[in-house]
Amino acid sequence: MMDALTFRLDDELFAIDARQVREILEMVPVTRVPGAPACMDGVMNVRGRIVPLADLRKLFGMSCAMADVNTRIVVVELTLGNDPVVVGILADAVNEVTRIPADAVEPPPRVGMRWPVEFVTGIARQEGRFVILPDLVRILEVIASGDVPQSACSRAAA
Amino acid sequence: MRGLDPAATFRQEAQELLEQLELALLDLEHTPDDRELIDSAFRALHTLKGSGSMFGFTDVAEFIHDFETAFDRLRKGHSTASPQLIAAALQAKDHVAGLIFGEAAPGEGAVILQALRSIVDVPASDVAAGEAPQQALTAASVAEAAHWRVQFRLPSDALAFGANPVLLLEEIAAIGPATIRALTADVPPLGAFDPEQCYLGWEVDLLAPDPHDAISDVFMFVGDVDLSIEPLHAPATAAESETIVSPPRAADVAPAPVRQEAQPKPRDSATEAASSLRVPAERLDALMDQVGELVIAQTRLTQISAGARDPALVAIAEELERLSAGLRDTSMGIRMVQIGTLFGRFRRLTHDLSRELGKEIDFVTSGEETELDKTMIERIADPLVHLIRNAIDHGLEDAATRVAAGKPARGTVRLSAAYVGAEIAITLTDDGAGINAERVRAKAIENGLIAPDAVLSDEETLPLIFAPGFSTATEITALSGRGVGMDVVKRTIEALRGSIDIASRPGQGSTITLRLPLTLAILDGMLVRVGDSRYSIPLAAVEECVELSVAEAVGGRDRNFLDIRERLVPYMRLAELFGSEAPRDPYQKVIVVSSGDTRVGLVVDQILGNHQIVIKQLSRFHAGVRSFSGATILGDGSVALILDVGQLIGAGQFPDDCSGQPVLRKAA
Repeated sequence: MMDALTFRLDDELFAIDARQVREILEMVPVTRVPGAPACMDGVMNVRGRIVPLADLRKLFGMSCAMADVNTRIVVVELTLGNDPVVVGILADAVNEVTRIPADAVEPPPRVGMRWPVEFVTGIARQEGRFVILPDLVRILEVIASGDVPQSACSRAAA
Repeated sequence: MRGLDPAATFRQEAQELLEQLELALLDLEHTPDDRELIDSAFRALHTLKGSGSMFGFTDVAEFIHDFETAFDRLRKGHSTASPQLIAAALQAKDHVAGLIFGEAAPGEGAVILQALRSIVDVPASDVAAGEAPQQALTAASVAEAAHWRVQFRLPSDALAFGANPVLLLEEIAAIGPATIRALTADVPPLGAFDPEQCYLGWEVDLLAPDPHDAISDVFMFVGDVDLSIEPLHAPATAAESETIVSPPRAADVAPAPVRQEAQPKPRDSATEAASSLRVPAERLDALMDQVGELVIAQTRLTQISAGARDPALVAIAEELERLSAGLRDTSMGIRMVQIGTLFGRFRRLTHDLSRELGKEIDFVTSGEETELDKTMIERIADPLVHLIRNAIDHGLEDAATRVAAGKPARGTVRLSAAYVGAEIAITLTDDGAGINAERVRAKAIENGLIAPDAVLSDEETLPLIFAPGFSTATEITALSGRGVGMDVVKRTIEALRGSIDIASRPGQGSTITLRLPLTLAILDGMLVRVGDSRYSIPLAAVEECVELSVAEAVGGRDRNFLDIRERLVPYMRLAELFGSEAPRDPYQKVIVVSSGDTRVGLVVDQILGNHQIVIKQLSRFHAGVRSFSGATILGDGSVALILDVGQLIGAGQFPDDCSGQPVLRKAA
């Protein structure tokens, strides 16, 4: 059983542990960091703190719509290694805080998924829909290790 | 939220006390008769023992107790602070640190104590008594004991500062059989009674040998005590003799005690403790963040008020500007620490190196009062350790060579700090052999750092020792000479936006100068626009700004250099480097920046102006992005990245060598 915040990326529903969520912001100006991993190539000012912004859509190979009125930034705080990190996660829309019973969660299928299995802890069935539980810690560890594609930032020169 | 861990608090406190102890011991080596130092060391030991047992570090307390017993011989003048004693005491101090931080080797303590005892020559019976505090007074000491009348009055605010008279009285009673009376003459009528004030005084009749030392110990941590100790000639009654309380510390009943001042000296550290307080670094960081935010908000207010033309609003905005500037300076000041705290650590290092290498060294420091940001002090510690080791290991010759060269046998290593403009200069000088430029050159050629036919002046040759993989020591010692280190030193200093210079005269020694900004938190930056993004360039690196002429901008596709006063300056287009898709301004500017001797032009669309910025680190997710040293929040609340000029120039110079930076490769 966990309290989870559900949000939408492209046409998929995701849920993260509500205890990890620090705040939810409307879209703020994002400064691009040239040379950073594509899925984490922006930083923003969250109450005087410079917080990196993760775009999981790029990590999962989803289509990236432009920001609109529903776009939100979910600021999460979690522990990586032994250090607390604060990261913003771009969401096409934030839905609700809901309760996901433990027996509704199934391990991710080895086949039939269009994104890397290692980034998903499980899939929950919620009111007839599938909700993906991403493994945020694992995802951030991989990004921090630099083992993800860098942003295409020489488009003008190419 | 993290709870308060008492053990962690103790460790933190212990760290400081151990430093105090170490400093006192090292100073004692030079001035063995300084009672102030002996007392300072003793106080540190005593406090460590007390808080050690309070926080459950019983092994620490037990070890220190024996250490203290041995050291007390020195305090009482039975022993002198010989180099052997200091060395043994330093070892004992290290063992205490080991015990506290869980790194002590088992069985080591007994060996160290044995050595310490044999030096101070403590009779075994004393130690045995110390280890068994409940042992009764020996007949001999009772015979020597006399009656004393101790009167004391605590400062009226002592209770507010946590003094507990009951504990003090218990401690006095533990010295010997005691009769305690309260002096109630000063207690006011109930109407005027302030429950936080201490109106009582006490009179204690004590049977003990000269109790001055023991009493001073009791009042060690109480401020200005009104204390008198007088001999009393009335004989003890039989009843009192039977209620003998055993003395806890054999050392206090040791025969032939040396007289000490009856009044405990006002303790400097105690007064300091009352006027300073310990704050977790995170809170300071949070304060800095909030002040930074306030400054940003205030800048926005100033902008708005300038447009609104409302005199009242303008007045408030100006007032706020003044206040927030003051607040910023004050909070920056809180983070500043005297560099002497760092220099103190090196005294032990030089002491140990001196023994290890058999070289006699005078380590002279000056400018300890120079203040530097705390983070900065922490980060320059390791590089300085390395430089000092190098100076002693490679720089100073052995005594025979020095005498042969007509120099004093003792080498001198001088470490000084001073303000130079808005920077701090830390200079390390040795009077050793100097650096042999020819050997540096030969080694650099051997390691492929320079071409065999390269013509270099000495000023150009010496900095080669900072190149990766360079080492001139033909003999590898445990301390230095592995070829790692000097390049790490240079990189660390540059990462702190500092510089490192080296000068050397053969036969006369070398001087290494570090120049560092006073703080890591604030930077004068030049704000530029590239496409639709804004970047800040550290002003210190900016040499000049020129316009990129249209002809060059168009024709310069294959030719990336400018002619500035007949010098060729290569340039990089930041828009290409950063993959900006926005259309370029027709009139682009070139900002010529330098790092060391290298100058490079950076092409930008617009120069927005200079201003002070609060530097913030990028998160670990952007640690791989080398082009930026950090980021800052601008007046409108958006984020601008700060260019790392050294990295950019390095990447421009060696386009094939930035495989980890595909961004830069394309642009070069």
